[in-house]
Amino acid sequence: MLQRLRENKSAQGTLLALPTTVWLFVLLIIPLILTLIVSFGRRSPDGDVIYTFTLDNYTRLLGYSTDCPDGQASCFDPLYVNILGRSLSLAFNTTLFVITLAYPLAYFIARAHPKRRNLFLFMVLIPLWTNFVIRVYAWMMLLRKEGAINIIIGWVMNALNIPFTPFEMLYTPGAVLVGMIYEFLPFMILPIYTSLEKIDTSLYEAAADLGANSIKTFLRVTLPLSMPGVVAGTILVFIPVMGTFIVSDILGGRQVILVGNLIQRQFLDARDPTFGSAASLILMVMTLIVTYFYTRKFGFGEEIVVG
Amino acid sequence: MASEFAVEMRDVVKRFITPEGNEMAAVDHVTMRIKNGEFFSMLGSSGCGKTTSLRMIAGFEWPTEGEIYIEGIPMGHTPPFQRKVNTVFQSYALFQHLTVFQNLAFGLEMEGAGTDEIKKRVGHALEMVQLTGMDRRKPKQLSGGQQQRVALARALVKTPDVLLLDEPLGALDLKLRKEMQLELKALQQQLGITFIYVTHDQEEALTMSDRIAVMSKGKVQQMGTPVEVYERPANKFVADFIGESNFLEGTIKSLSKDEASVFIPSLNAEVKGMPISEGLVTGEEVVVCVRPEKIKLVDKSVKSDGLFPGRVTNTVYIGADTQVFVDVNGAKLKVWEQNRISRLDPKSFYTVGQEVWLMLVPENTLVLKKD
Repeated sequence: MLQRLRENKSAQGTLLALPTTVWLFVLLIIPLILTLIVSFGRRSPDGDVIYTFTLDNYTRLLGYSTDCPDGQASCFDPLYVNILGRSLSLAFNTTLFVITLAYPLAYFIARAHPKRRNLFLFMVLIPLWTNFVIRVYAWMMLLRKEGAINIIIGWVMNALNIPFTPFEMLYTPGAVLVGMIYEFLPFMILPIYTSLEKIDTSLYEAAADLGANSIKTFLRVTLPLSMPGVVAGTILVFIPVMGTFIVSDILGGRQVILVGNLIQRQFLDARDPTFGSAASLILMVMTLIVTYFYTRKFGFGEEIVVG
Repeated sequence: MASEFAVEMRDVVKRFITPEGNEMAAVDHVTMRIKNGEFFSMLGSSGCGKTTSLRMIAGFEWPTEGEIYIEGIPMGHTPPFQRKVNTVFQSYALFQHLTVFQNLAFGLEMEGAGTDEIKKRVGHALEMVQLTGMDRRKPKQLSGGQQQRVALARALVKTPDVLLLDEPLGALDLKLRKEMQLELKALQQQLGITFIYVTHDQEEALTMSDRIAVMSKGKVQQMGTPVEVYERPANKFVADFIGESNFLEGTIKSLSKDEASVFIPSLNAEVKGMPISEGLVTGEEVVVCVRPEKIKLVDKSVKSDGLFPGRVTNTVYIGADTQVFVDVNGAKLKVWEQNRISRLDPKSFYTVGQEVWLMLVPENTLVLKKD
């Protein structure tokens, strides 16, 4: 039995993949199917799921409404479409800002003396040791009206004798954006660093040897060869930002509602799992579509071939 | 051409700080004058300073002291992209994200060449290295030998005054390497460009070079034509590094302008009329260098002057030659006997323990300083 297994490579492969396959099947595929079934159901008045087949949850998400002003039978209600759009644009903006901040830092670390590189990477990772929620709360302490930022600006203004009313920073889209950028920055720095660090330094020399100055070398050699890291980082940032609700919950209050918040409230407050399930699936489909087009254009970030 | 010399290194020193914090001279007061159109090799084992010298000419490193001139112009801290030299890297350093065509076009685009000109020159360069039709491939889709040619073409397409080659054939197998050696040499003669070639392979350097600089510990040990460095090594290091040598210790008894008489205790004889290297004095302890292929073994029955008795301690048959190891009064000598006749009978070879005569022709030896 063991002897035969040793000779059979494909059986070995199956065996190695088995635990994960079972895990994913039980905890991902089955729940996903259940979510799909529930999303076609209807909520009973006391909050239970009535299993049936209706597209009501989906049409409602996409703006179809029967609760209309001036007696119309149906009309377009942009409430949920706006939430979806807001989530999408926030995810885009966050990713863009994160790339802009992470790339130069990753470049700096990759070019630093090998002895110091580990220290810098360590510093990038330190915030991740603190609980996600606590880190977001820290931003609340910084951003609120009586928070650290307003206090410091207040001191400066006071010293300069300029009248100052504290900024209303908390519970704004800007606060949510700042929180998102902060939370997801390390997930962009690390893959970009990895792909930059893999680039053989003789390639920079070859570019210089062929007549490229440092700007041209960066644009023609460094940037293209580090794209796999940018792509991997984008996937690691964009997808979670699309679904997260903690940052917007704490820093956005009731002002900035994202799909994540919508889903959470449907399950916990509104007790309508059917509508929540439909929203989850729409979120998934949206993320898949964006990721699909993105990876079709840039690849999966696997083509790290250097040296 | 502005200057007689394509590249000149004048008293160049390059110091590095080692990880332990010590200062180390990788290149130690090196002066070289490389003529236009010359195939010049820097030969030495790793750490001898040859690659550092090449990198300084390319502009990747700057000398700590001294100056490098390219076509008579002092380079100072001129960056690589402003030097009329191009490099073929040991690792090839091909851009993996670009096709073969794009790799070659890179340097021309940096010059601001037009699309038509780029097409023409790239096509010509690919033809030169026999890679026509491969222009759309990515480097990864090529064999090692083909990648090597791309690296060569990418440098040559820039039509540099000087081409720098850093062990470019190191990663190829022996047969391909020998083919490429001849091809490179032919290409260099055809183009008339100065080649500066770094290698640790003495045979490669001897095969291709017009002149060789033998380097060790950051210093040039000898500079000369292949024949000069092989037949008249300047010191014991060169004699030992290039080819193989037997060294016999002795004392100079008398000295003329270019010959010496040396008493060699292991032969128990004074050998007259041996060529000498520079700077020797009468009475000095020296070594006599004899190449193994320049010693002749003579049958014990023959007797004439200049023959020394020895005993065979080992023989190794290696195809073209048989290596015979002979003990002469405790001194072990290597003798290469060419297998001129096809023979199968083991009795026709020298056997271990056999008594033989060694024939040393004085003009085929060389007297060198002891260290």
